Amino acid sequence: MSTVTGKTRWWSAPPRPAWEEPPGRAGVAGKGLVLTLACLGVLFPLWIVVVTSLSSRRTIDEAGGLVMIPKDVTLVAYRELLSGGQVTRAAVISVLITLVGTGFSMTVSVLCAYGLSRTGSLGHRWLLMLLLATMFFSAGLIPTYLLVQSLGLTDTYLALILPSALSVFNILVLRGFFMGISQELTDSARIDGAGDFRILWQIVMPLSRAVLAVITLFYAVGYWSAWFNASLYLNDQEMMPLQNVMIQLVQKQEAPVGLGQAIKTGELSGLAVQMAVMVMALLPVAVLSPFVQKHFRKGMLTGAVKG
Amino acid sequence: MPEETAPPPPPRERPPGRLSLRLRFRRDRVLLLMTLPAVALLLLFNYVPILGNIVAFQEYDPYVSDNGVVSMLHSPWVGLENFRRIMEDSAFWDAVVNTLVLFFLQLVLFFPIPVLLALLINSVIRPRVRAVAQAILYLPHFFSWVLVIAVFQQLLGGAGILSQLLRQHGYDGLDIMTDPETFKFLITAQSVWKDAGWGIIVFLAALSSVPGDLYEAAAMDGAGRLRRMWHVTLPALRPVIALLLVLRVGDALTVGFEQILLQRDSVGPGASEVLDTFVWWNGVRNQDFGYAAAAGLVKGVVSLGLVLAANKVAHLMGEQGVYKK
Repeated sequence: MSTVTGKTRWWSAPPRPAWEEPPGRAGVAGKGLVLTLACLGVLFPLWIVVVTSLSSRRTIDEAGGLVMIPKDVTLVAYRELLSGGQVTRAAVISVLITLVGTGFSMTVSVLCAYGLSRTGSLGHRWLLMLLLATMFFSAGLIPTYLLVQSLGLTDTYLALILPSALSVFNILVLRGFFMGISQELTDSARIDGAGDFRILWQIVMPLSRAVLAVITLFYAVGYWSAWFNASLYLNDQEMMPLQNVMIQLVQKQEAPVGLGQAIKTGELSGLAVQMAVMVMALLPVAVLSPFVQKHFRKGMLTGAVKG
Repeated sequence: MPEETAPPPPPRERPPGRLSLRLRFRRDRVLLLMTLPAVALLLLFNYVPILGNIVAFQEYDPYVSDNGVVSMLHSPWVGLENFRRIMEDSAFWDAVVNTLVLFFLQLVLFFPIPVLLALLINSVIRPRVRAVAQAILYLPHFFSWVLVIAVFQQLLGGAGILSQLLRQHGYDGLDIMTDPETFKFLITAQSVWKDAGWGIIVFLAALSSVPGDLYEAAAMDGAGRLRRMWHVTLPALRPVIALLLVLRVGDALTVGFEQILLQRDSVGPGASEVLDTFVWWNGVRNQDFGYAAAAGLVKGVVSLGLVLAANKVAHLMGEQGVYKK
């Protein structure tokens, strides 16, 4: 990986400063090896999952289970899973919850972050304290459970969105970023007669695209990955999101409703079906997060709590 | 997370004190309106449930009514009875021991890895190689615990790739996923796989803020690679390491609730029960809400004490901690 030098390729190194001694061969090889192993440690398990999900029943039987080296590619597992039925429904539910939940969380968080971004505004300190304090304690599982139940949210999707809609950390990151936007800019807009909503929408948000992308990803991943609240508050199996269905199919090794017969007799491998469900759960995340990657550091570092 | 890592902002002009409350309200009412939805949500779901902890002092009967609050009002008070039961419950103390063992295991085996990985990545100067390696190492952080455990099952489970290879070579397969003996190491390995890569981000940021002049000056004075790392790089990381340690110690009693709950059935509670799953089991499963809430309250109060104490220690050591003094 990093051991190739000399030619100008995309991995070529920029020039080193004059005072720095050139790296030794052994050092470069050692570093390259450790880094490659670390990356393989992440990728190898995913490779097995993806390859097995794309393998035919014969290949899987020949390999004695999981497939490391692909022999054929078939989408039969995906076709079966996405042709209606339990997994299709769960995937649609998960996508909808993620979209609606992320939209709601972002709206409330951005408004709150902007509302707290002007030092010295009325109640600013108190409200900030109210937010910060929640990072130091948790009311506990049982009281929260009883509250959600008393509010009548059980067996509704609101129970999967409202109780965990806000991350105070995310709000503070947004706020830190908003506070860094030049005051002259917002002040001049105010003089021109723009209200706060307009300043937020037309000046602050367009200048904060990077941090908005990061926080949107954080919230979206949170909703997409969540399973505990669904297991706690939903009783109807038909309402379950993808992660909960994955628990049943992969961890408890149950066959998806409606596909049991096809797996017993046909070309469909139960293992391929399980792996395909896992790929469906990891794909959106694996595709989206690298795009936002270059902004992560910004998102993590503007979280400083400023008076 | 890494609050306080950015430099303190220049003090802004406070508004002149002569503005009356009414004027300030008129000036800031839109801002207040904007914070309203978030404040309402936090009050409802983070503050109101604190009151619900009174069930810890009750023989709470969930069947009095469909509504938890009505049930609460009709349940008999039992004083500290639930807490007395906890103190005599060996399952609770097992959960305490498991929690602490896991905390120390993760501290020793997990914590140094992101630091080392960050030093490694930082020493790679090819920007593309860095970006690709970072993208790969960050990835598992965004996977759900359900997925991470399913992946580990394919590696180390009874039908996993390891067992498969062992069987093909004439050995017995082994199922690490259900082995109570090694469970705590398994949990730690899963945490490392998922989050050690993500952990480097904070350290990389701290490393990139070290002025290059320092390295140059050290090199001029004859310091080699190792001495530059010892005298320049590590001091730059010290505040971040201290902050993360403080946060981790403050959160010592929380050791991967979802992760452990997902594997509780397959390994058994003996090896896997931690304080959070103890609360879940007794409350949600056994419907013994008063008892579970009492255990949760004990954990919550001790945790709060730990956070405050950890911050105190950080301040005494001259570090910033989570909040300023």
